[in-house]
Amino acid sequence: MTAKAWLSAINSAILIAALLVAWQLLFAVAGPQAMAPPLQTFRYLAHLLTTDAFRDHLEATARAFAFALLLALLFGLAIGFTLGMHRFASEVIEPILVSFYSIPKITLYPVILLAFGLGLPAKVAFGTIHGFVPVAIFTLVAVRNIDPVLLKTAHVLRLSRRKFVMSILIPAALPEIFTGIRIGFSLTLIGTLLGEMFGAQRGLGYLLMTAIGLQNVELIMAVILLIVLFAASVSTILIVVDHRLHRRML
Amino acid sequence: MNRAARYRILLVAAAIVLIELLCRAGVIDRLTMQPPSEMVRDLVVLLASGSMNGAMLKTLTNVAIACVLAVAAGIAFGVMIHGHRAVRNGLEPLFATYYAIPIYAFYPLLIILFGLGDAPQILIGFMLAVVAMIVNTLNGLDRVPRVLMKTARIYRLGPVATARKITLPSAAPYLLTGVKFAVAYAFIGVIGAEFIMSRTGIGYEISFAYNNFDNKTMYPLIILILIISILINSTLSRWEALLMQRRSRT
Repeated sequence: MTAKAWLSAINSAILIAALLVAWQLLFAVAGPQAMAPPLQTFRYLAHLLTTDAFRDHLEATARAFAFALLLALLFGLAIGFTLGMHRFASEVIEPILVSFYSIPKITLYPVILLAFGLGLPAKVAFGTIHGFVPVAIFTLVAVRNIDPVLLKTAHVLRLSRRKFVMSILIPAALPEIFTGIRIGFSLTLIGTLLGEMFGAQRGLGYLLMTAIGLQNVELIMAVILLIVLFAASVSTILIVVDHRLHRRML
Repeated sequence: MNRAARYRILLVAAAIVLIELLCRAGVIDRLTMQPPSEMVRDLVVLLASGSMNGAMLKTLTNVAIACVLAVAAGIAFGVMIHGHRAVRNGLEPLFATYYAIPIYAFYPLLIILFGLGDAPQILIGFMLAVVAMIVNTLNGLDRVPRVLMKTARIYRLGPVATARKITLPSAAPYLLTGVKFAVAYAFIGVIGAEFIMSRTGIGYEISFAYNNFDNKTMYPLIILILIISILINSTLSRWEALLMQRRSRT
């Protein structure tokens, strides 16, 4: 490992240690009715992962999230590329996308439930509407702001449209698109979980909601811990790739 | 008004008319959605009756408090850690993961810590909004041109004068972007919290109406929230564009 990689590894280790200490201190203040301490939560999570019922919920969430992410990427990339290559259409539609990005989509959950019913389709729809917008916006901007020199080069070389997209457009826009995908990942995850909290009978979000109802602090903490561990590790990997892609472009 | 804006309005109007027609033709049944024209009529009736004034006041006040706190704390924290590379590098994975965590899951904990009043809801809104404000403050401070800071040093401006005359005006558009996100997240936080466990506020009224199949109340309230958040967002966006223009002129 290079010196820089070591440094960031040490940074992450310090962050994790600081969070664990803060958690333990908060527990000391808040007491056992409010939360569970770190060690107990890790143990309980390890125990949960061996039970079939919990794995059922986990699997339901994983399936919904996978579908939602796939759809968010498909819609996001399709919208982003289409609008990015048509300047006028992007001027018309981009502000609508940005407005949609900023509205509290959580208020739409009853509409989604009425339209899709309880269950997998509603969760997937909820995850997708959260996740596709950043992918679309980042892709759109990346494609639209592509270096004019590259366009001229493609023109001079008389590249076919397919060739142009494959060997110029995608490589040039990839770093920005990847940033959009990274943000889309987080939002799709939270969207799917929110969808499960409000309209499902299975999944981690549902489990969380029942735990909240029953004041089952240990379960709440264990489920949050699992989600945080998953989100943090994937985000960290995505950030590393993101930085690499952006550096390569310089 | 430019051509793109005209097309945009036309597009949105066409979408609304399409939904209206689908509803009237019975393709979308009434249990799922009423025609948009009736939603607007119901909204007017609802607002005129004043039955929702209490809920609206409650929600908007809580959103405002959460937002103001988040903006103040976010700017303060951003300014504090801006110069410290190591701290920022350490916190980056946390910021990237933050929005994938269902903060609502901490709601029961907050209720135990702060009681059943408005504080837990405000805190949820605050927790969601503050990180966006921190990230955008850091971004804004990063973009203050070096030469301006050198000028401040040459003129021997004190820290307060530097902040007032140089840093703030230069970073203002980015701070405003942060405020925009803070408003959006404060809405999401407060309304989501009201959905889950509250007995007051628009979020509660929406979920109450949903559980009673009362679309005549539910849809107008959803539309109301969307209109308010879009209005605030577009006002801030316009201001942001203005500041950006002024910044690039000087």
